Amino acid sequence: MNETLIYTIAILVGLGLIAAVVLYFVAQKFKVYEDPRIDETEARLPGANCGGCGFPGCRGMAEALVKNDDISALYCPVGGAPTMKAVAEYLGKAVAEKEPQVAVVRCGGTLCNRARTNTFDGARSCAVEAALYGGETGCTFGCLGNGDCTRVCNFDAIHMNPETGLPEVDEEKCTACGACVKACPKNIIELRKKGPKGRRVYVNCVNKDKGAVTRKACSVGCIGCGKCVKTCPFEAITLENNLAYIDPAKCRLCRKCVAVCPTGAIVEVNFPPRPAEKPAPKPAEAAQPVAKTAAVTENAPAQETKTAEEGGEQHA
Amino acid sequence: MLKTFRLGGVHPHDHKISKDAAIRIFDVPKTATIPLGQHIGAPATVAVKKGDKVLVGDIIGTATGFVSANIHSSVSGTVTGVDAVPDGGNLRKPAVTIAVEGDEWNPAIDRTDTLIKECTLEPKEIIAKIAAAGVVGLGGATFPTQVKLSVPPGKKVEMLIINGVECEPYLTADYRLMLEHAEELLVGCEILMRALGVEQCRIGIENNKPEAIRHLNEILGSGKYHQGISVVPLKMRYPQGGEKQLIAAITGREVPSGGLPIDVGAVVQNVGTTYAVYQAVQKNRPIVDRVVTVTGKQLGQPSNLLVRIGTPISALIEACGGMPADTGKIINGGPMMGRAMANIDAPVTKGTSGVLLMKTEESLRKAEMPCIQCAKCVDACPMGLEPFLISKLSRLGLYDRLEKERTTDCIECGCCSFTCPSNLPLLDYIRLGKAETMKIIRARQAK
Repeated sequence: MNETLIYTIAILVGLGLIAAVVLYFVAQKFKVYEDPRIDETEARLPGANCGGCGFPGCRGMAEALVKNDDISALYCPVGGAPTMKAVAEYLGKAVAEKEPQVAVVRCGGTLCNRARTNTFDGARSCAVEAALYGGETGCTFGCLGNGDCTRVCNFDAIHMNPETGLPEVDEEKCTACGACVKACPKNIIELRKKGPKGRRVYVNCVNKDKGAVTRKACSVGCIGCGKCVKTCPFEAITLENNLAYIDPAKCRLCRKCVAVCPTGAIVEVNFPPRPAEKPAPKPAEAAQPVAKTAAVTENAPAQETKTAEEGGEQHA
Repeated sequence: MLKTFRLGGVHPHDHKISKDAAIRIFDVPKTATIPLGQHIGAPATVAVKKGDKVLVGDIIGTATGFVSANIHSSVSGTVTGVDAVPDGGNLRKPAVTIAVEGDEWNPAIDRTDTLIKECTLEPKEIIAKIAAAGVVGLGGATFPTQVKLSVPPGKKVEMLIINGVECEPYLTADYRLMLEHAEELLVGCEILMRALGVEQCRIGIENNKPEAIRHLNEILGSGKYHQGISVVPLKMRYPQGGEKQLIAAITGREVPSGGLPIDVGAVVQNVGTTYAVYQAVQKNRPIVDRVVTVTGKQLGQPSNLLVRIGTPISALIEACGGMPADTGKIINGGPMMGRAMANIDAPVTKGTSGVLLMKTEESLRKAEMPCIQCAKCVDACPMGLEPFLISKLSRLGLYDRLEKERTTDCIECGCCSFTCPSNLPLLDYIRLGKAETMKIIRARQAK
């Protein structure tokens, strides 16, 4: 009995010692040198592993930051300028300053602005719906409303608003990682510069149809009239394929375009309410209290909103 | 024992309610909207401009590249515009609109009904005539026919297979053609055999169409036609009309994964296409019209109409008794593979084999429930895939794993979604995954 115990212990201890010696030499032989700075750099990154930088996770970004001498092209959208500054300081490299950005949903086709002409009966996925047909409304460019963007967000920053049927971005939480931009099959979401105090002016539409077609489909679509292009004192607005686009780098937030837009497709967010001296073109919007977090301001329920179901309801 | 294919398949009710309605020639529309992309491959290049006068059968779009087809005017009149026009899915596609004036045909076209049996043209000339007439696969896939007939060097065709299966429930366009234009069809078979240089031709017909089988056998029995042509009755099963399934049913050979029918020595053509080949080669008649089945349980007059390409679909519904009050979906094609339309003013194209009006109750999908891992979809898949897995991977966005699962082999027949007891939208996600896999493959090839 005693012997059995002693042998067992002796054999196991012996095996353990042999294995330890073998493993020690193997470890010496196949040692992989890893720059300790990679770990240190990774610790300074947010650790969200969102892929917003273009690398598979923060580790990949950390490796790239250590390896490349010039890191001005690399940027962590989640951590933003402070993170990049900390990393650059640690690595002793120069970093380019970038302005903070935020995801902007460029569609104003709410349930009341854009009449539904049919009902989609397939899988509730924008990618599936976009591959099948033009969507539930007459506008084939606008938001499909199935929320693919909300499902890919790692930061809980984008949500569907059941009242409008459109996604809304929480500016506080949005890190501009770009996941939603990639997920949207209609390319509606854009990363735009956050602007001073979050103030932005942008074209809240991506419809490239001719004006008459757009107008029939949606009351707040860009009809490509070009009034904003003529009005803009800074040449920040371009018109291409019946669609205006405001270059955020050139825009000085004068808001003249907002005033002239006949359909209300150009929106301003986070501005204080305008003085009521002039009769504003869209009184309802100007009077609306500006939401602190909503990137998509609900457009005024425009006067010419058509709720008539043209052609009757068809299920697609 | 009747022949059928080996793997998978389902048995939907066939609902061939329009099978006794003889093909009716439908009125020429007041305006015709003729899309330039009515086939798989590159859309045709527009060959007319606003204000041009055209006759029926004049070319209005020329094929661009190898996989493409000519587009002809289906009406006579004045071109009023070349614009983007919404299709059945409301997406805008380039199309030529023509205001109809009278019905004057291009004088080169033989419009008589006399049967011309003799064909002494060389294979190359036949293929050139088919290409000029813009013939594409009229079963619904709209693959340009001349491409299928151009056998790549090193491959040998042993058998021509004519697809008279029409396994889609409700549709009867091919069935009516087989009954009413059997002689022309058989001449078409002979022309195709000549073009391919084969001595064997099999016409596959499911046993739910006994009249068609009997009728064709009677004509073949008279000995007027090539001895190599015979009719093969098949056991009813969906998707037997799929090219690969039909080859498996008739020859017992399996087309390898990623391969083409030519790899097993077969070329498959649809009945409608064969008829169009006869018209193109013997009568110089391009595709200007096609037989469309307009059907539905509640429709007043389910019909088979010979419709000019470019006629709005809404006009067909109107002519068949009008839209029933409780219409949930209007489907372009059959219930299994067809697409619900968001715009019924869309024009009839070469690929429009049927228009089906379904009741709301039977058309809407039932509530989705969790997958219970029953593997019914695996049993039903005629391509031997694992639909639940492909669908799940695609839903999770793991597109890089889809290629290994042979996602690109999917023929989108819908057997998996049809059979799923949990009503999962399997095919929706598989289609998405298939598109993403194709993107990955193309990106790799481009490197």
